[in-house]
Amino acid sequence: MARAVSKNRKTLNTVIAGTLGFLMFFPIVWIVVVSLKTEEDAIRAPLEILFSSGWTLESFGAVQARSDYFKHFSNSVIISLGSTFLGLLIAIPAAWAMAFVPAKRTKDVLMWMLSTKMLPPVGVLIPIYLIFRDTGLLDSRLGLTFVLMMINLPIIIWMLYTYFREIPGEILEAARMDGASLRDEVIYVLTPMAIPGMASTILLNIILSWNEAFWTLNLTAAKAAPLTAFIASFSSPEGLFYAKLSAASVMAIAPILIMGWFSQKQLVRGLTFGAVK
Amino acid sequence: MGRIQLKQVKKAFGDVEVIPPLDLEINDGEFVVFVGPSGCGKSTLLRLIAGLEDTTSGSIEIDGEDATGLPPAKRGLAMVFQSYALYPHMSVRKNIAFPMRMAKVPQEEQEKRIAQAAEALNLTDYLDRRPGQLSGGQRQRVAIGRAIVREPAAFLFDEPLSNLDAALRVGMRLEISELHKRLKTTMIYVTHDQVEAMTMADKIVVLQAGVIEQVGSPLELYRTPRNKFVAGFIGSPKMNLIEGAEAAKHNAHTIGARPEHISVSGDTGTWKGTVGVSEHLGSDTFFHVNVEGFAEPLTVRAGGDVDLHYGDTIYLTPDPALIHKFDGNGLRIE
Amino acid sequence: MATKASRSAARLMISPAVILLLCWMIVPLAMTIYFSFLRYNLLQPGNSPFVGWENYYWFFTDPSFSAAMINTLVLVGGVLAITTIGGILFALLLDQPMWGQGVIRIMVIAPFFVMPTVSGLVWKNMFMNPVNGIFGHLTQALGFAPIDFFGQIPMASIIFIVSWQWLPFATLILLTAFQSLDQEQLEAAEMDGASWVSRFWFIMLPHLARAITVVILIQTIFLLSIFAEILVTTNGGPGVATTNLTYLIYVSSLLQYDVGIGSAGGVVAIILANIVAFFLMRMIGKNLDA
Repeated sequence: MARAVSKNRKTLNTVIAGTLGFLMFFPIVWIVVVSLKTEEDAIRAPLEILFSSGWTLESFGAVQARSDYFKHFSNSVIISLGSTFLGLLIAIPAAWAMAFVPAKRTKDVLMWMLSTKMLPPVGVLIPIYLIFRDTGLLDSRLGLTFVLMMINLPIIIWMLYTYFREIPGEILEAARMDGASLRDEVIYVLTPMAIPGMASTILLNIILSWNEAFWTLNLTAAKAAPLTAFIASFSSPEGLFYAKLSAASVMAIAPILIMGWFSQKQLVRGLTFGAVK
Repeated sequence: MGRIQLKQVKKAFGDVEVIPPLDLEINDGEFVVFVGPSGCGKSTLLRLIAGLEDTTSGSIEIDGEDATGLPPAKRGLAMVFQSYALYPHMSVRKNIAFPMRMAKVPQEEQEKRIAQAAEALNLTDYLDRRPGQLSGGQRQRVAIGRAIVREPAAFLFDEPLSNLDAALRVGMRLEISELHKRLKTTMIYVTHDQVEAMTMADKIVVLQAGVIEQVGSPLELYRTPRNKFVAGFIGSPKMNLIEGAEAAKHNAHTIGARPEHISVSGDTGTWKGTVGVSEHLGSDTFFHVNVEGFAEPLTVRAGGDVDLHYGDTIYLTPDPALIHKFDGNGLRIE
Repeated sequence: MATKASRSAARLMISPAVILLLCWMIVPLAMTIYFSFLRYNLLQPGNSPFVGWENYYWFFTDPSFSAAMINTLVLVGGVLAITTIGGILFALLLDQPMWGQGVIRIMVIAPFFVMPTVSGLVWKNMFMNPVNGIFGHLTQALGFAPIDFFGQIPMASIIFIVSWQWLPFATLILLTAFQSLDQEQLEAAEMDGASWVSRFWFIMLPHLARAITVVILIQTIFLLSIFAEILVTTNGGPGVATTNLTYLIYVSSLLQYDVGIGSAGGVVAIILANIVAFFLMRMIGKNLDA
């Protein structure tokens, strides 16, 4: 059991951890600050930026006008939501089967699914690129949605599997005894009980898809480019327009940062494939 | 109606035969208890009847119709699980309504049956709570309620009381027995606790390693155990089993005497021994007695006010009419 | 709990996932291997003849290859060292009693959610720019000459940025592992007279061993594929100073359109990743039995 800790010790802990935490967090704070400045103010010395300049929202408007933020934002939303839900559609039955009707080879199948995640993207970049070029999927939201679904599918299946396994089998048997068909069982019993697990799976996968920056950069140009590619267009010389860069960055990371905070507990399980709980 | 017949039913997991071919008949309205040590196959047998496991061979008939290949839902049976298996996301009302909802029972009928079940099980005040907000005993009642409303051909209970504390267990035991008297529906009840078996059953099926050791009424099993296993399993405290010279006197390999069939005396008797640990229950006292020449200490029952202590000399006399005799294979000698 | 009916239903339900993943794995993999034996350049249409191991020969003898291999190792090793050691220290710190733990934890974890292109560009322009960056202002205020991060110490700068992104991951996982440590074990050790150092060394660290391994292996998988951070900051330069294997393959295939050599590189990358994956899978597989 916890022992009483001296107040001084606790204060010291708080100060050290708070300082380090703030240093980690500082770049994010800073882009929020700079995004609210004019370009002229944004390149002044840090203290001047903080204390001797006014605040404005003009950079946000400028970013939208210059490179159509909302188009990229909606691409990101469509691609990450689309790939997550498509993945869920395929993963739920698979995870159900492996969790509740385990066979001798279930473990091997799971491990094999996971191993597909270990394939370095660069190893298959060329074939995917060529297939996409020849089928017109290059720079299309559909193509990107599919690719992101495929790279995250093993994680979705794994997470769902670990959550499903926590649902006692007796409850599903009870439903079967109560006259529920397989369909009823999944709709009325399994799904409602799995909702918390599914929510965190969805959250983590939206985060991963949103931030994915290999395929999104290599398979899109203008039309389907999500926010990762939109920000990449700020690499020099536009990157020197600090206020606009900051405004664009804030808009790109804010939604996912908020989701990430809510899902931090589930993150561990998802990212370690259940190896650390 | 609920007559269940098992004909040469066999279950194997891979190469491991958990239940060798077995015949069993359960009559309509009977309260049958499957009892045996853990791992004896009693739960597997119940799950075979429920349809939650496939039989490897043999057939199961319910009311004269072959149900071997039927899915659980089509067998018209209801089951109460050890963990209660309530749906945690549904209220008590919805839990109880679930089987009727699956069977598409009309709404008014559903409500009528829920009200009846809740009334009978003292759940009326809890209908809108979630299972998580209920005590163990209440959860157990909800599970039973969910089974009752189906109006099944037979109820299956899988160790339903093992998650309850001792006091509640006695209460629930009575409630289930009463339910059986009232509904007169076939009930099959699995337990490892021979007290539950003795107190509740019309018919007890004693299982060991998938094999039926004996089938009979509680008193039949108590009075004439067919073999040493049943003799040792039924009755509490356990029957004393004595081998060697003492058994040879009765022309048996082993003789058995129940603690309650041995009289105790301070000065005279058949066997002389010293008192070991004694357990005072108030109404009764159980003495563990080391008898000269016996490999194991004997347990004997005496009245609540016998004044004997650790190390005292004690004389024991078994009731000759109630000595059980077994041969070298452990089978009863009449 | 399985009947024949449920087993066949299960097989049906698992098949879409299996088929999709099988195609996703085998088709491109086979194509990559096939291309790696062809002289195939997108800029030179026409037939692509079979050339045996020639592409591998070119890839391995390309001076940028050995540089890229070394860079990859330095990048992965550097980030692993920083994040693992830093992660243990952070986790240890965050596991102590303090006020506002939740808030501090959120601040520490935040960088993990920042997309790679954003962190690359923000660090490069707003912090590491020698003229207007915060670091520049800082060194000037302290009277030193500003450092041209991406000119003078490009690889160190990239390692720094990537570590900032991955330190939260290591911290979060190690913190979770710390919190699952049985307090009674520590108390028993304390009763046995173990000092704080020996408790850390003999009880906490062995308890963390598994989590540390997982952190290292999973990060390695991702770090081998670092791409966006390099693309938006240095483009692999100056020269090939920050070109890792992934970036080199990207350059040969999508910038020089040399599919053959790019594919040969891809095969090398796959083999490299598989070595790591092998150990990771064994770890995870063990846990599956537990």
